Amino acid sequence: MTSPRQNTQQEMSAEIQAIASTYRQSLAAGAAPLTQPSLDYAPYRSSILRHPTKNLHHTDPETIELASPAFGHQDVSPLEADLTIVHNGEPQGERIKVAGRVLDGDGRPVAGQLVEIWQANAAGRYIHKRDQHPAPIDPNFTGVGRCITGADGSYAFTTIKPGAYPWKNHINAWRPAHIHFSLFGSEFTQRIITQMYFPGDQLFPLDPIYQSIVDQDARDRLVATYNHELTSPEWSLGYNWDIVLTGPKRTWTETEALGEDGEHHG
Amino acid sequence: MANTMDKLTPTPGQTVGPFFGYALPFEKDNELAAPGRPGSIRLQGTVTDGAGAPIPDAILEIWQPNADGNIVAETGSLVRDGYTFTGWGRASTGNTGRYTFTTVNPGATRPGAAPFIAVVLFARGLTNRLFTRIYLPEDTAALAADPLLASLPEERRSTLLASREPDGGLRWDLRLQGDGETVFLEFDGARHAPAQGA
Repeated sequence: MTSPRQNTQQEMSAEIQAIASTYRQSLAAGAAPLTQPSLDYAPYRSSILRHPTKNLHHTDPETIELASPAFGHQDVSPLEADLTIVHNGEPQGERIKVAGRVLDGDGRPVAGQLVEIWQANAAGRYIHKRDQHPAPIDPNFTGVGRCITGADGSYAFTTIKPGAYPWKNHINAWRPAHIHFSLFGSEFTQRIITQMYFPGDQLFPLDPIYQSIVDQDARDRLVATYNHELTSPEWSLGYNWDIVLTGPKRTWTETEALGEDGEHHG
Repeated sequence: MANTMDKLTPTPGQTVGPFFGYALPFEKDNELAAPGRPGSIRLQGTVTDGAGAPIPDAILEIWQPNADGNIVAETGSLVRDGYTFTGWGRASTGNTGRYTFTTVNPGATRPGAAPFIAVVLFARGLTNRLFTRIYLPEDTAALAADPLLASLPEERRSTLLASREPDGGLRWDLRLQGDGETVFLEFDGARHAPAQGA
């Protein structure tokens, strides 16, 4: 694969808009909305050689796929949900709480499951050694958190609002500010990693990763809501974001059987 | 299995990006079983892209029953105490695109079922996770009767079969695109755009 001249943002935006226009026409012609990102999305250049060219193969999940690894409080300390207390000093930036619920497709809470997050600091710099963006590293911020969901599927993190950062997809490409989320359900089939965004970000239309979800309603599901009820007076702002996993695929009876002894009786 | 329609629309996935390396890995994350324990085997392979180049920034998770076909239901999946089989592990690929797990041969979860390991793949450049399976190569009768394998043409079927190495370990390569492209699975529910030209 040769590396062609890098595109400008204007050229990139035209590519994004052409795909969006084709998608809107398919919707108008009666096609069902696409609720997940397109695996084949050329504006995200790294995806060109990294997407399957054959359709995903439909299959019924079996046994192990209908169960999930289990996590508990020996796996994760409650302190890991606060990304601002990891070091001796206070991190730079806008202190925020991000809270919500993890639900399954039936609207039932996903209780007692692992949520992992990672993010850039307030200046848009990741601790990761491959991040070459010359923005300051914050010695008081690592940007990694974990928690176990409550009985009602709830999670909550205290962190710093991440900054936008530049990347090499095209000339002067910038990612909208986001927090990476990794989620487990009650079935392996529900496993997902995604990104949460902040409302009103002007970079949304310019970003090929966000736009790889071609459906506007689906994209909107990744944007948190500002919630003044989640603020702490004179301390932190608050955002709410609920996550809905696919499925579950097994029936309720099977779910109850799994809950009792962990064995699948399907 | 009833294909129940989701009442709520699922949240879309997104790429894991390039910077998960300080967040997702944990100590001995790729050791479902302790190396050197009786029954421990190595599972390894290479993850390659459509040009055949190794993918150095992929992360795989596997989830499997124990050697008796029982599924671990206890919490502690992040804990590595040197004795307990967790059934779940995570491995990042290195510069050569290679991943390694220490695990055990999965047992059949019901009589006559073909034993397999469930896999989920994340990578920079991959916009959403991909599911697949690694089947043990030995039980040819069970493999022939497996509903998923039976639904695939022979050249695609083989992408889901591990090969047995002389030391008892398993070798399974993942090809994201192109010749020998691995079969990836959809369990209904989530909707994807059809692949172009497929």
